[in-house]
Amino acid sequence: MKQLTVVTRTVLAAAVIFLASATPALTEEAKERGFAIAKRSDLSDAGFGSSSVELTMTLSDPSGRTTTREMRIDTLEKSGEGNGDRSLTVFFTPRDVEGTALLSHAKILESDDQWLYLPALRRTKRISSANKSGPFVGSEFAFEDLTANELGKYEYTYLETRVVDGTEMDVVECVPRYERSGYSKLLCYFDTEHFQSRRIEFFDRGGQPLKTLVLEDYRQYNEFWRPHKQTMTNHLTGKVTIIESAEYEFGVDFDREDFEPAVLDRL
Amino acid sequence: MSRTAVLSLLCVFCLTVSSVGARGLSIRPELSIEARGFADEPQFFDQLGTAQLGVVLTGQASWRSRDRKTRFDFEPYIRLDNRDSRRTYADIRELSFSKDFGTWDILFGVSQVFWGVAESRNVVDVINQIDAVEDLDEGEKLGQPMLRAARSLGPGNIELIYLPYFRERGFAGRDGRLRFSPAVDAKNISYERDGEAWAGDWALRYTQRRGALDLGLHAFSGTNRNPFLALSESGERFLQTYQSLDQVGVDLQLTRGAWLLKGEWVAAESGGSSYRSWVAGFEYTLFGLGGTAADLGLIAEHLRDTRDLTKTPITVFDDDTFAGLRLTLNDSQDTELLAGLIRDHRTSAIQYSAEFQRRIGARNLLELEARVFSGGDDPFITAFEADDFLTARWTVFF
Repeated sequence: MKQLTVVTRTVLAAAVIFLASATPALTEEAKERGFAIAKRSDLSDAGFGSSSVELTMTLSDPSGRTTTREMRIDTLEKSGEGNGDRSLTVFFTPRDVEGTALLSHAKILESDDQWLYLPALRRTKRISSANKSGPFVGSEFAFEDLTANELGKYEYTYLETRVVDGTEMDVVECVPRYERSGYSKLLCYFDTEHFQSRRIEFFDRGGQPLKTLVLEDYRQYNEFWRPHKQTMTNHLTGKVTIIESAEYEFGVDFDREDFEPAVLDRL
Repeated sequence: MSRTAVLSLLCVFCLTVSSVGARGLSIRPELSIEARGFADEPQFFDQLGTAQLGVVLTGQASWRSRDRKTRFDFEPYIRLDNRDSRRTYADIRELSFSKDFGTWDILFGVSQVFWGVAESRNVVDVINQIDAVEDLDEGEKLGQPMLRAARSLGPGNIELIYLPYFRERGFAGRDGRLRFSPAVDAKNISYERDGEAWAGDWALRYTQRRGALDLGLHAFSGTNRNPFLALSESGERFLQTYQSLDQVGVDLQLTRGAWLLKGEWVAAESGGSSYRSWVAGFEYTLFGLGGTAADLGLIAEHLRDTRDLTKTPITVFDDDTFAGLRLTLNDSQDTELLAGLIRDHRTSAIQYSAEFQRRIGARNLLELEARVFSGGDDPFITAFEADDFLTARWTVFF
């Protein structure tokens, strides 16, 4: 009887300990798995070197009014830990901003370094990049949506794997680690075949659904995948921004000095 | 500029009205129609009344080689004015050929160069002559013939510029508004250096970025872009003399979060006297104003200049403060408003200004610009006292 009591007690104690530790252990595992999924996606793009692509961005509001912007984005892959990619965006239309250029040196947790070139004045201006949540050229894309693809920028938690529109996807919760984000969290969908980002749901600082980004028409260039249509829908305003890409060009003959502010008046 | 030259420039516009994409050849004409209204009847005899109309024909023709390393750019500028004869003119803003040779980038031709970081005035910006007929804010420039060699040094950059020919500053004519009294004589011009416009100038510039800091250093030796004005014997005109100018300067900006801290400083020698000019201040941006997408920038700058006005060209910015607001709506039409004032602490003269712009549709731009002069006792500001104006400009991009 006494013996049994000891056994029962031990079992009960073990059960209590197990139950108490179960949630953190699962959370830890979910975080590791979430990070692994994001890292796998990030690695699938490692070594792309440089790329150049022409994009058409179409902004439309619920009343049906549309504005089109055409631009070219040159990208140079990061050279080491702690740095992000360098990118140079040059606008072709609308005509009144033709030749305007935005140079960005991405950082992981600090604010990016950004310079704006205004062609009418031939003026290069270092600008504040503190407005991460601000809109990119009046679109539904925030600056952080376009530059925050660095692995270290979020804390990841794996949620589930499910089939969306016929594709199996891992769903990971991404919580921004950098300051001044406009989001409390993102739900990031990665397909389980090629590990590419397919869909992102953005939640505002109050935790309410804000926007949804759908990435489609993935095409493969050697081992690298690129989406050719990205649709961002704002659920609060009903406004939609669609980015359509022409063919990407990889292995462009860029060097780091082609991404310095001093070259902006020589484009 | 001769009639044939104007006609040939016009032909460039008429020939091709199409864009041929990012690379290769691209021709992009622009036409602006401008109406300017003045609040008061003119102060001086001969000046135009309260309305002035203008038409501007400009645009860019550019060509890029496939590897983008060879570039050609052309930007003619023609303004027609219905009242002020000196405001009908043509200029070549850009006509340059440039090539990136890897370490060196060479530009040859007529071009424009901007140096500086400040909002109200750029004391380090000395390469181009300003187009004073066009605008008072020193933002419009005349094309400048030059040979420019630039070399990248990692995060640094060095540029050597030779400027073989000097461009005179344009001033409003006798019949124009926004002129001094008496008007500036555009014909009898004298040069201190070799007595001519071909004396040649040199400039050297080094820029570097390091973390939050963007730094620029420069040296210039040549002819002062700002003329020394002296009354003619009869007292009926101002005569222009372009003196020599040697200067060195620094410009820097520190970018921290929503703060931009800016400063420009030059030490110069011109007209036999040495002086310093500087401007220092900040721009602080309130992002996402009131939960909207709009940003509001708060700008304040102090301007100081120690020159001896009896020997060197005039400046009204001897001891002034600029305060301004920049509202950027971040909307699909790129709506922007910049409003500010400059107050002179010695004369209490105040100049107010406001500029608004918004794209209409995809190919039109509406710009509004207003200036109000509150004279104090500055003789150069009181000359503009009856010239408070509002300009509306409609630009069509073809």
